[in-house]
Amino acid sequence: MQHTHTQQLEQTAKDLRLMVTEMLYASGSGHWGSSLGTADIFSVLFFGGVLRHSRLHAKRAQMDRFILSCGHICPIYYACLIKAGYLGDKKVTLRKLGSPLQGHPSHSFWDAIETSTGPLGQGVGVAVGKALALRLTKSKSRVFCMTSDGEHEEGSTWEAVAAAGKHALSSLVFILDRNHMQISGTTEEVSNLGDIATRYETLGWRVLMVDGNSVSRLLTVFEKAQTRSSKPTLVLCTTVMGKGVPFIENNYHYHGKAPNNDEYTRALSFLK
Amino acid sequence: MNLYLDTTLFTGPEKKSCRAGYGDELLELAKKNKKIVVLDADLAESLKVSEFRRKYPTRFFEMGVAEATMISAAAGLALEGFTPFTSSFAVFTPNQALSQIRVSVAYNRANVKIVASHAGITTGGDGATHQALEDIAIMRTLPGVTVLAPADYWQARKCVRAAAKILGPVYIRFGRSDVPSITTEKTPFQVGRAQVLQEGRDIAIFAHGEAVYRALLAAKELKKHGIRAAVINMHTIKPLDGKIIEVYAKKCKRFIVTEDHQMAGGLGSAIAEYTAQHCPVPISLVAVRDKFGESGDPEKLIKKYHIDTDDIIEAAHKMMDKK
Repeated sequence: MQHTHTQQLEQTAKDLRLMVTEMLYASGSGHWGSSLGTADIFSVLFFGGVLRHSRLHAKRAQMDRFILSCGHICPIYYACLIKAGYLGDKKVTLRKLGSPLQGHPSHSFWDAIETSTGPLGQGVGVAVGKALALRLTKSKSRVFCMTSDGEHEEGSTWEAVAAAGKHALSSLVFILDRNHMQISGTTEEVSNLGDIATRYETLGWRVLMVDGNSVSRLLTVFEKAQTRSSKPTLVLCTTVMGKGVPFIENNYHYHGKAPNNDEYTRALSFLK
Repeated sequence: MNLYLDTTLFTGPEKKSCRAGYGDELLELAKKNKKIVVLDADLAESLKVSEFRRKYPTRFFEMGVAEATMISAAAGLALEGFTPFTSSFAVFTPNQALSQIRVSVAYNRANVKIVASHAGITTGGDGATHQALEDIAIMRTLPGVTVLAPADYWQARKCVRAAAKILGPVYIRFGRSDVPSITTEKTPFQVGRAQVLQEGRDIAIFAHGEAVYRALLAAKELKKHGIRAAVINMHTIKPLDGKIIEVYAKKCKRFIVTEDHQMAGGLGSAIAEYTAQHCPVPISLVAVRDKFGESGDPEKLIKKYHIDTDDIIEAAHKMMDKK
């Protein structure tokens, strides 16, 4: 049973990668690399029974909150929301006038989105605020926040990490897409992140590490993340940017780029 | 309309700070409104919210010297149905957290109340780094944000009370100092409706914050010279009270706008934008002229940077001479 479940989620991840690629090809711009790299994580989160989202639970009191703090990888998030049925039969186009699929997630254009993100180091703080609010209302809901390694070059990200640790926000789960890539090069070339896991631990977090492209391991780690802790939890996912389309894997030039005609055709041969 | 102004206005009014008004009103509101929470970035004593912290420890969040996250966390609380008030200096919010204010608060239309003390050159001794002279210019360009600048203690309380009722982002700015009380507990207050504190038909002086008191003093002096100046307290900078501007453009035909803020982008700019489009009228601006401040006593700084009562009087004479 577990085996089938895993296989289903792997297939879902593949479907999501195809959706992302088609969406970006149609729009002509957007962030392809990490949208592909995080597809396995998103598959497990949205379709693997981890995130209790509103298509599954009508009452907000029973829902978890999801925040995409690294807003630029919204194509994968949109693909999940569409696949989960948030838009029904409505036809929408990424990055086109009036579309709920804005270039970066917009709470104003689509209320399924918890908060608008794009400038890095903000969604993480909003997630902290939501976790504070849920504690005040004695809610059992949790806050999942997806963040990237590049986002950890923003000082305000560390403000949020410190605040969450200080306030012992046990309902808060950060998911870190650690692919060592950002728009101008590797995270090592561009900046200096140090040992992210240790930095979190010293600020009062529980840290779980996982291969972010392995559905079975992700299922296990999120089960572990559900166990009680007095601390906020970081799920540090090592991923391959561009996963699933071999000719762009780990090539930072594809961080912020949509596929052109040729790339699109070649990509389809891997994704279909 | 009876404004119930302080009767000792010109004979030695009580002096009290706006930040005390902020702290006092929060305590009052929090009794009934359980949704009110307060966030702080290590300035609880300065912002007069330490009593709130003592009385409502679970509704008070100390975020440390981390204004950006104080603001984004406030947005998160607001999006979950709370009414958060953030507390800092006007040089830190907006400036240190502008992107958070722009996206997490304004673009989200989150119900966050950003309260900023130590605005203006009257911050005094701390010097230029701590004298916010551009905060209004910044905040009024953000769509959907209400911008308030109370003139005294009681008005600060009413701004806080009104802000809690508005569903959406509100910015409240005031200075550090104890300022003369112009209004009283009974003085009516409505967001977006300016107050005519003194009638006059020769020239209309618009002001906000503690500059309102200097405008009143100037009007009193001008009267001796036969110039009847109206004094209008523009406690709401956004949404701007266009109606009153049109009424006084017709009536006085000359405006002075004075404020403890840069000339660029402040209330003066807001009024000029309005009059240029709807009711052109000559305007003289008595504000800080593209300069940073420096350390010093507030009174001396006001004089040196030409936003004093005498500067208003001089501007009025010049305008009257022009005809």
